[in-house]
Amino acid sequence: MEVTDKDVAYVADLANLELTDEERAHMLRDLNSILEYVGRLSELETDNVAPMAQVSDRYGVDKSRQGSDRFAYAIREDVKDGLRKSLPHDVAVKNAPDTDGTFFEVPKVIER
Amino acid sequence: MPASTIDGIRSAIAERQTTATALAHDFYTRIRQEDPEIGAFLTLCEERALAQAARIDALAAAGKALPSLAGVPVAIKDVMVTSGVRTTAGSKILDNFIPPYDCTAVARLEAAGAVILGKLNCDEFAMGSSTENSAYYPVHNPRDKSRVPGGSSGGSAAAVAAEMAVATLGSDTGGSIRQPASFCGVVGLKPTYGRVSRYGLIAFASSLDHIGPFAKTVKEVALVLRTIAGRDPMDSTSAEVPVPDYVAELEKPIKNLKVGVAKEYFGAGLDLEVRTAVETAIQKLAELGCEVVPVSLPHTEFAIPTYYIVATAEASANLARYDGVRYGFRAKANNLSEMYRLTRDGGFGMEVKRRIMLGTYALSAGYYDAYYLKAQKVRTLLTRDFDEAFKKVDVIAAPTCPTPAFRLGEKVNDPLAMYLADIYTVTANLAGIPGISVPCGENHEKLPIGLQLFARHFDEVTLLRVAHAYEQAIKCA
Repeated sequence: MEVTDKDVAYVADLANLELTDEERAHMLRDLNSILEYVGRLSELETDNVAPMAQVSDRYGVDKSRQGSDRFAYAIREDVKDGLRKSLPHDVAVKNAPDTDGTFFEVPKVIER
Repeated sequence: MPASTIDGIRSAIAERQTTATALAHDFYTRIRQEDPEIGAFLTLCEERALAQAARIDALAAAGKALPSLAGVPVAIKDVMVTSGVRTTAGSKILDNFIPPYDCTAVARLEAAGAVILGKLNCDEFAMGSSTENSAYYPVHNPRDKSRVPGGSSGGSAAAVAAEMAVATLGSDTGGSIRQPASFCGVVGLKPTYGRVSRYGLIAFASSLDHIGPFAKTVKEVALVLRTIAGRDPMDSTSAEVPVPDYVAELEKPIKNLKVGVAKEYFGAGLDLEVRTAVETAIQKLAELGCEVVPVSLPHTEFAIPTYYIVATAEASANLARYDGVRYGFRAKANNLSEMYRLTRDGGFGMEVKRRIMLGTYALSAGYYDAYYLKAQKVRTLLTRDFDEAFKKVDVIAAPTCPTPAFRLGEKVNDPLAMYLADIYTVTANLAGIPGISVPCGENHEKLPIGLQLFARHFDEVTLLRVAHAYEQAIKCA
């Protein structure tokens, strides 16, 4: 599968990147070279192999339980028990590039 | 240098031979002398350090018991957030970011009495193997300043090697602790996934990211791990697994432990001097009473392609948050969509953009099954390789890197060549097993070589024990 200029433009769009013409040319070259290397994964037969998304399933999952209870380890205690407090308003906007002190300000969203 | 070990510093302060404040000043003096030619630090936080040192000195003056890391000068890779102290992740997009909270690992170090001197240079968002992707300046290897310190935690390794900190924290997503430890001739540990909380670690690839320590010796690394390890309710992937006393276990004999050696880690591309040094180290483990057992990790050659799909896919999602709205750099623009694009274009460096592009491509409609799902399945196969091997052996020994430190500029224009520097380290991230790099000699140019050891999930005890026994044995030789 060869990556084309069109693909680069499409993916840049999805990723919210603009990229200069020069960067696009680099991306085309680099993505093709990396994906060619990655292509060797297709040599492996994996039809009956379960995908592995994360390591924590190995130590966290309680196999004696059913349904979502099996994954009780992943319950967000920080959220459930209210450990993760909201930031005070002034702290939350302190790093904002543009704020009126109450809201984050951004350029106009809807053109009329 | 004054006392250079954690225990030495703590007792020197307790016995009033020195103070934490004097020690902090000594280290800042050294940083000001050495760092202009190395570039390990991005930010110094003297006010915070001296306030902490004063607390320790007050405890000592009152004759109170000192915590385990009392007065120990440490530094933190700039991908861990520090309350009130600028945190950049090596990126211009976070150039002016002052976090409102502390990373758990940092908070635990400070609670144990450590004095945080500053924040350490790294590849942007920890993406790189040479620290040349820092948006600020590259780090020079203290052992040979024309060479890279490795990456992405190059500042963390270099600061320890140049004795600008007694211990440092780094992060390891594909080798970013072990590879620079090897290049700079220090000890670096990537713990088991879930062993150390990732709360406050700026996310690169969440299923592969780990925090771990650097120091001159295995014992210092064990002391730091004991401090930062353990369940943290703020990170639901941190494991509810008890934390053993790694230090107390260090001296236990290693006789009769089985050390696996996999031929897949000694194939084409391995530098001859590195091979010889690692084989000699394995021979030393045999002399210490370990049984050397051949094992097979047959999917190793697929680790780099698997890693670069999984890591970039996760990165493309994690880095979507940098949009110029709530924090960080914002480009001037006429509308919101343009603002996002110009902010990300101007804020991210080329390697970060490249990985976002690759990850977005791998997750996009039509390619998801061929790339991302495929890579997740191969990740299962790679993990099974280790499961099988660890039925037969207690640790696996391998080179940390195929070569010693390369020259600055040597690989910057060839992303694939740079990725291959991680060929022996990414497997432990994919499987989540712990790995350590310990110095095992030098090549003819006096460049350090690293021995890498792997162990079973949550068996840092055995990993550290073997590493410590090896380190002691070559020290006496």
